[in-house]
Amino acid sequence: MDFNLTEDRRMLSDSLNRYLGDKYPVEHRNKVAYDLPCHDPEKWDEIAELGALFALAPEDAGGFGGTGFDISVVFEALGRALCPEPLLGAVMAARILTKLGADQESLLTGATKYAVALAEVDAPYDPAGMDCEAKASGDSHVLSGRKTSVYGGQVADVFIVAAMLDGKPALFEVQAGDAQVVGYPMMDGGGAAELLLDGTKATLLAEDAGAIIQDAVNAGIVALCAEAVGAMDVTHAITVDYLKQRKQFGVPIAKFQVLQHRAVDMLTEIEQARSITIKAASELDGPDAARFASMAKNMIGRAARLIAEEAIQMHGGIAMTWEYPISHYAKRLVMLDAQLGDTDYHLSRIMADLAA
Amino acid sequence: MDLSFTKEEMEFRDEVRAYLADNLPERISDAVRRGGELTKEMMEEWHAILQRKGWLATIWPKEYGGPGWTPVQRHIFEEECCRAYAPRIVPFGLNMLGPVLIKFGTEEQKAEILPRILDATDWWCQGYSEPGAGSDLASLKTRAVRDGDEWVINGQKTWTTLGQHANKIFCLCRTDPDAKQQEGISFILVDLDTPGIEMRPIKLIEGGHEVNEVFFTDVRVPYGNLVGEENKGWTIAKYLLTHERTGIAGVGFSMQSLEEVKALARKVKRGGKRLIDDPLFAARIAQAEVDLEAMKITNLRMLFKAQEMGAPGPETSILKIKGTVIHQELKDLARRALGPVAAPFPGYLAEGNIMFGPDGTEHNAARYFNNRKTSIFGGSNEIQRNILSKAALEL
Repeated sequence: MDFNLTEDRRMLSDSLNRYLGDKYPVEHRNKVAYDLPCHDPEKWDEIAELGALFALAPEDAGGFGGTGFDISVVFEALGRALCPEPLLGAVMAARILTKLGADQESLLTGATKYAVALAEVDAPYDPAGMDCEAKASGDSHVLSGRKTSVYGGQVADVFIVAAMLDGKPALFEVQAGDAQVVGYPMMDGGGAAELLLDGTKATLLAEDAGAIIQDAVNAGIVALCAEAVGAMDVTHAITVDYLKQRKQFGVPIAKFQVLQHRAVDMLTEIEQARSITIKAASELDGPDAARFASMAKNMIGRAARLIAEEAIQMHGGIAMTWEYPISHYAKRLVMLDAQLGDTDYHLSRIMADLAA
Repeated sequence: MDLSFTKEEMEFRDEVRAYLADNLPERISDAVRRGGELTKEMMEEWHAILQRKGWLATIWPKEYGGPGWTPVQRHIFEEECCRAYAPRIVPFGLNMLGPVLIKFGTEEQKAEILPRILDATDWWCQGYSEPGAGSDLASLKTRAVRDGDEWVINGQKTWTTLGQHANKIFCLCRTDPDAKQQEGISFILVDLDTPGIEMRPIKLIEGGHEVNEVFFTDVRVPYGNLVGEENKGWTIAKYLLTHERTGIAGVGFSMQSLEEVKALARKVKRGGKRLIDDPLFAARIAQAEVDLEAMKITNLRMLFKAQEMGAPGPETSILKIKGTVIHQELKDLARRALGPVAAPFPGYLAEGNIMFGPDGTEHNAARYFNNRKTSIFGGSNEIQRNILSKAALEL
C-alpha cells in the first residue's frame, strides 16, 4: 500500500500546476473559456510539450502513462486551474485508439485534436436509445443523425463517433471538414459542439464497440472526477481563506462555529471524493472498472455540488459576481455532473448490480 | 499509488483468517451476528483464545506481550475479526490503560498491572465522563485530595461502559482546583472493591445494560496509584484519546452491516416483490455502499499516513464523523427493511417460540437505537468538527 505519487507523476503534476498557475491564470482563462473557440492554441501546444497528452497513453501506444493514476494527475492539475482546453476528448480518444492498436502519435503531440461523440439528446449517457445510424457505402460508411454535447468538438480536427451499425453501437472516425459542426461555449466555460450528420463520410473503427465505449467512458469519468477534486480543493482553500479575512460584527466570520462546521463538512466530503477517485483510477484497467467509475461519478456529483453551493453561500454576494473566481469554479463543479452520466444515472447503475 | 497489500500482508491475512476459522466458537460468533448483549464469560473466553496466540494486546510492543504489529497488520486483523463476527476486544485495559502505562507508568506499575490485563485477572473500566463534564471533559469535578500516603476521592463518574464486569477503574480526578482547568487533573487507578464506591446501572434507550454511573464517597487509595506526574493527567487523557481513535471509522462493522442489509432486502418481500427491487430502498443501499467504498480508501489513506508519520493526524476526525454516519444509516436500513416486524421487543416472541421475520434480525430495532451512541461517544461528531476546524483548517 502506497498513497504517494511516483516520482515521474509528481514531476508531471508539479510542472503542470506551475505552468497553469503562471500562464493560464483565471483572468486569462475567463477570456478564453466563454467565447469560441474556447481554446488558446499557443497554450495548448505548451501543455502538450509538458507531456500532458503523452501521459494519457501507455508506452506501447507511444505515450508514457495511460493508467488511471496518470489520467488523474493530469486532470487534477487542469481542475485546479479550471483549464478549458479540450483534453477530455483526448483522453477518451487515446483510450479508444490504444484499444484498437491504432496510431495516435498526432494526438499525443497535440497536432491533431480529437473529440469523442457519444451523446445524443435522447440518449445522453448511454448507447441504449441511440438513433444515429451507419450504413455501408462502397468500402466505407456514411452516418446520419445528430450527436450532442461533443466536448471539445468546436475545435476538433477529428471526431470519433458512436453510431448504430446492424443494431449494435459501433465507432467511426469522421473528419471535421466532412460534417456540419455547430460549436458553442458552455455555461461553465470551455466549448462543445453539436455534430450534424447527414450521409456523412465515415471510416469504421470498431464494430460491436459497446465494451470499448464503456472503457473510454470509464477513463473519461476518472478524468472528470480528478478534475473535480482539483477544483474542489481550490474552491475550499479560497473559501477558508475568505472566512479568515472577511469581518462582520467586528470579528472575522471564521470565528462563527456554524461556518467552521460547514467548512469542515466541505473538507470531509472532498476527502471522501478524493478517496473514491483514487479507487476508480486504480480499478480502471480491472474487471470492475465500470462499477467503480459509477461509484466515483455518483459521489463526485454530490460532493461537487455541495462544495459549489456552500462556497457561494459562505462567501455571500461577492461569489455571485463574474469577477470573483469562485463563481467560475462553482459553475464548473455543478455542470460537470452532467458529463458522462450524472449522480442519479450512476446510482441507478449501482442499483442494477444490487438487484442481481 | 498502490492500493494493494504486500505479499507478506496477504499471507498475514490468510493466517488470521485461518486462526479465526479454527478457533472462534460458533456459539460466540452467532451471538455477535444476532447483535444481542454478550455475556462476560463469552468476552473472556474470546480474549483467552486470542491471548493463546499472542494476538490480544494488538497495540502493545512485543516486549510487553503484544504481537508487535504494524498499523496495517492491525487493520487487517480488525477487518478479519469483523468478517468472522468475532466479538470486539474489550478496549479499556488492552487498548486504553495498557498503552498509557507503557508510556507513562513506572516499572513497578507495568510489571504488576500489564500481566494481569493479559491474563484477565483484572477487568478495567474508564472513569472519564461526569454528569457535568461530557464534551467539555476538562471541566471534570471529581476531587482527589492527598492525605499522607493516600488519595481521598469524592465525586461521580458516568457512562462507565461494562463497569458491571470490572474490578478496577482508571479515573481522571481534579487534584489542583486552583490551576487552569487542564493543569489540575491527575490520572489515578482505583480498585472497585475499595469502600465508598457504588456502581449503579444506567438502562439505555433500547433497554440494555451497557453503561453505569460510579459514585465515590471518601474513597481512599494509595498515593502510588497515580500514573505519570501529579496534575499532568490531561496529557495522558489526550494520549489515550489518540489510541481510542484507531479503528474509529468502523469500516469492518459497516461492511458487516451492509452485507446484512443486502441479504435481508433480498429475503424480505413487499407486495410479492423483493424489497431490493424497490428503487427507493435500493437507492439508499447503493448510496451507503458508495459512501462506504470511499470510506475504506479514506481509512487506508489515514493508516498509510499514520504509518509514514508515526502518528495519526487530526484528519482521523473525518473517519469518526463519516464512519459513524454511514454505520448509523445502515442500521436504519436494517430496521426499516423489516417494517412492522422490527417492533416486537427482543425476547418476547422467542419465548413463545413464534418467529417473526428472518432469523437473526430480532435485535434490528434495538441495534438502530443503540447505535445512535456512536456519533456521541469518543468525542461527539460536533467536537470532531471543532478539532478539524482548529487543527486542519486553522479557523
